Amino acid sequence: MSIAMLLGLIASWGKLTRSRIGKSVADIYTTVVRGVPELVTILLVYYGMPTLIQDVLGAMDIDFIINLNPFMAGIGTLGFIYGAFATEVFRGAYLAVPKGQIEAARAVGMGTILTFRRVILPQMWRFALPGLANVWMVLIKATALISVIQLPELMRNADIASRATRKPFTFFFAASLIYLLITTGSLIFQKHVEKWADRGVRRV
Amino acid sequence: MDIRLILKSLPALLHGMVLTLNITSVSVLCGLLLAVILALMRVSKNPFFWMPSYGFIFYFRGTPLLVQLFLIYYGSGQFRNMLSTVGLWTFFRQAYFCGVLTLTLNTAAYTAEILRGAILAVPFGEIEAGMACGMSKVLLYRRIILPKAFRLGWQAYTNEVVFLLQATSLVSLITLLDITGVARVIAARTFAFYELFLTAAALYLCLVYGLLFLFRKIEQRLLSHLEPIRT
Repeated sequence: MSIAMLLGLIASWGKLTRSRIGKSVADIYTTVVRGVPELVTILLVYYGMPTLIQDVLGAMDIDFIINLNPFMAGIGTLGFIYGAFATEVFRGAYLAVPKGQIEAARAVGMGTILTFRRVILPQMWRFALPGLANVWMVLIKATALISVIQLPELMRNADIASRATRKPFTFFFAASLIYLLITTGSLIFQKHVEKWADRGVRRV
Repeated sequence: MDIRLILKSLPALLHGMVLTLNITSVSVLCGLLLAVILALMRVSKNPFFWMPSYGFIFYFRGTPLLVQLFLIYYGSGQFRNMLSTVGLWTFFRQAYFCGVLTLTLNTAAYTAEILRGAILAVPFGEIEAGMACGMSKVLLYRRIILPKAFRLGWQAYTNEVVFLLQATSLVSLITLLDITGVARVIAARTFAFYELFLTAAALYLCLVYGLLFLFRKIEQRLLSHLEPIRT
């Protein structure tokens, strides 16, 4: 998730800059990643990347063998995919900050970075939180897909246990309850954080 | 990169695409029907109706699709005797049926939530006006609330259908040969992993953007009365 947030911030900045290259790179990144199923991306990174790199290096007469660790591959891929989703959230949040406030900040002589840190970022949080929480929920559920590349996480362990005991329903149901617990917990946490981020907003 | 291999496996992948589209359309249609019922139950004030619907939506939105899929496909084996006596085992034995069932239930839960939000967002004045005309509750829902709710929820629903299309790639894990399934089988045989998965990804991209185009067209029709007048 941290990787996704970092990538999201960078890519949304790319989308909003005036530089055409930055914009098109960020555009391609979000369109492609959001248009391809996560499972295909995971398989592509875990199985495809090593062979691709070997082929490229092989063409340059370098013998090199890499073995991707499933844990790193899984984290990297999920971060990469959900970075694209976070990008859109951040972009929407940035656009939701009133223009007048940014102008006001410039008028009192704040620099670009100071404006971003003091005026834009604190407000962006407020607008971005529900979207980010949504991405986080989808991300938790997507971690189940990592079991496909044999990483022994919750789903994989449930699979192994169900094979050993021949009671698939029991174990998968237990796994689903654990996921439910995690998502419900995050939901409650999200409510609290939103309250915290909204503390400066006037209410009727 | 082996272009010839990609070209050679393209027919098989396109064949997989047919299955992907098949599963998507069947689950979208069944899911939508189920979602309307669930959403109506969810907005009802009778706890006998809204509680089961709430539980269903909560469970299916809170757990990963993969777990649900394995639960239905592998988990049903644990109840084999019971299912055989009812005569349902022939269905649960097929991966296709289990895949479609899981996707239908899953998308129904998400769509019901979208529809619930849309139904609650229907302006009260319109409902009041319908009531003032003496419409019965059923007529009110059929003529005023549901059509309006569909318009309000259409954009969110577009997203849901795109997610469902992508989610069908999971059925490759229960031995079905959709795009991902075909790509995995050929890749395992030829060790040409990135060629095949890249091709599969490109096919999904085409499908997703084709679908988006189609839904935008429908949206323009549904919301044509809201378009600014062209001069």
